[in-house]
Amino acid sequence: MTQAIRTENLTRRFGNFTAVDGVNLEIEEGDIFGFLGPNGSGKSTVIRMLCGLLLPTDGSAQVLGYDVVRDSEKVKHSIGYMSQQFSLYPDLTVMENLTFYARIYGIPRRDRRARIEEVIAGAGIQDYRKRLAGQLSGGWKQRLALACALVHRPRLMFLDEPTAGIDPVARRELWNLLFDLSGQGVTFFVTTHYMDEAERCSHVGYIYYSKLIVRGTPNELKQLEEISPPGTARLEIRCSRLPSAMRILAEKPYVRDVTIFADSLHVLAEQGNETRMAADLEAAGYPQAQVISIPPTLEDVFVTLTQRRKAV
Amino acid sequence: MFKGLTSVMYKETFHILRDFRTLFLMLLLPVMDLTIFGYAIDLEVRNIATVVYNLDGRQQSRELLDMFANSGYFTFERVVLSEAELERAIVRGDAKIGLKIPPDYSDRLLRGESAQIQVLLDGSDSTVAMQALQVINAIALRKSIDIISQSANMPGAFPIDARPRVLFNPDMKTPYFMVPGLVGMIMQSVTMLLTAFAVVREKETGTLEQLMVTPVSRLGLMLGKLLPFGVVGFIEMVFALVLMRILFHVPIAGNVVLLGMFGLIFVFATLGMGLLISTMAQNHMQAVQLALLIMLPSILMSGFMFPIESMPKPLHAVAYAIPATYWIRILRGISLRAAGFADLWDQGLWMLVIGVVVLAVAVSRFRKTLA
Repeated sequence: MTQAIRTENLTRRFGNFTAVDGVNLEIEEGDIFGFLGPNGSGKSTVIRMLCGLLLPTDGSAQVLGYDVVRDSEKVKHSIGYMSQQFSLYPDLTVMENLTFYARIYGIPRRDRRARIEEVIAGAGIQDYRKRLAGQLSGGWKQRLALACALVHRPRLMFLDEPTAGIDPVARRELWNLLFDLSGQGVTFFVTTHYMDEAERCSHVGYIYYSKLIVRGTPNELKQLEEISPPGTARLEIRCSRLPSAMRILAEKPYVRDVTIFADSLHVLAEQGNETRMAADLEAAGYPQAQVISIPPTLEDVFVTLTQRRKAV
Repeated sequence: MFKGLTSVMYKETFHILRDFRTLFLMLLLPVMDLTIFGYAIDLEVRNIATVVYNLDGRQQSRELLDMFANSGYFTFERVVLSEAELERAIVRGDAKIGLKIPPDYSDRLLRGESAQIQVLLDGSDSTVAMQALQVINAIALRKSIDIISQSANMPGAFPIDARPRVLFNPDMKTPYFMVPGLVGMIMQSVTMLLTAFAVVREKETGTLEQLMVTPVSRLGLMLGKLLPFGVVGFIEMVFALVLMRILFHVPIAGNVVLLGMFGLIFVFATLGMGLLISTMAQNHMQAVQLALLIMLPSILMSGFMFPIESMPKPLHAVAYAIPATYWIRILRGISLRAAGFADLWDQGLWMLVIGVVVLAVAVSRFRKTLA
């Protein structure tokens, strides 16, 4: 397998501020790479450098075998980019937007029609051909943006928070589309804040304060020693009044870490303390507390890693 | 009734202080403008470009010319050697006044007769022509009185008889002077702002970033954006000229095709300025402020309202850096004075040079990378 993306010590500074600090990435062709990290941690900056929009201050990056600084124009024929912001022409129709991008990418006239129909069908926007792009609702705008970014059949797609602000159904449908394309061999580089989306990726990377702190398959990350140290167990606790229950557990010597997760608590505890924990909670006035053993989620992974870094 | 007044004021103060670039443009620019334009604008006309055709050449004629020069109102551009050259200098716009002293000027004065001097006035600049005429009459009168007071016998007529002849706009109608200038101003503001907005809008919506990841070339992108607005600017010019002709009855005495060709150069220079603005502005607001930075001097210093010659020398550099300066001269030259290519080619060339420089700067600033 060939590498779609390879970066070495990729760094970008804006004045005194280091937005991206020595990032090393290797992404194989056909991967769906989920790029995660808090807002302002440098995700978009990495994408912009890989797309040739920003020059790296230091380090190097190869995209589809091309150096992003030397051959930035060559790489542009083979990549697609969907930015955070909706960036199509609101005063042009769906068809006009698609035609414009087809022409910009130099798709010959005789293939153009077929190619546009192909992406229209793929994105499921058949009924909106004549609609002005500005009048589409959020989810349809994203589909159109994706269609425009796909019209030249890129081998590598950069999607910067493609599902931000769209409803769950549209989100699911967009991901189904990505899986279809991935099946056809397209590589994806996707940033997201949604953990369920991260779980769907073949590989994920987590960037925190400009530094890539971890990368691997979701399963590899969950088994990191930092996340699940030997002799510990990850437990889910269901009970009422979560905040006060959390305070009680945090003081117990066998509890390493405790966080609120939606309607339950996630606890990292010394192994073999499940019954003791239930008893302690009952003594503190939580008779119905259920203690269940669970595998770590990606959210656990990232929350743990983030807290670890903050403590340093 | 005034609930929330202080909170809004408080918040607003932050908005004003945060946007440093806007604050800078709002506070400093007017001060700068005031200083420059305060010096530049002087309704009293001075240093009117004048050419002299002196057929006499003797002491009397030189004395008269010295009086003209010492008045401060006239600057002698050069001495010409034929009637045709005298008129040509005015058609070209090199001079607004032509003085012709007849060969028998001294003789007639010595004989105690009345001597005529012929004054050619460029009526296409009606303000200057009118003021110049008054000054010339005053000088002729003054000289006459000098001569009379020195001679023993009282002549029947004033010794110096200044005979004005107004060329091109004999009735000295103000619209003839103003409207061609307005055409230039309107073309500039429309084309420049449309171009700047077209690019800034793509910056604001993020479509420019999207375009930068496509294989579109830098030149392809820029020319693709500029050329349609060039067509718009050209159509705008045709509209404005038709209105000038029909509504204000300003004649187009010269060659319309030539006017169109020079117009294209001006549109080109204006597109360049629009693009330059767009490379410096991040949003519409800044684009408008930067456009004002170009438009104010264009209105006040291009000779549209006030003659450049009357401005202090250091400000001439500003005036001659503005493409509108040349375009207004060309417009007035062709429409009012029937000037031809041979008369105006240098104005067109300067306009082209400035346009090329502006566009080159804009192109070099416009990168396909964000930083």
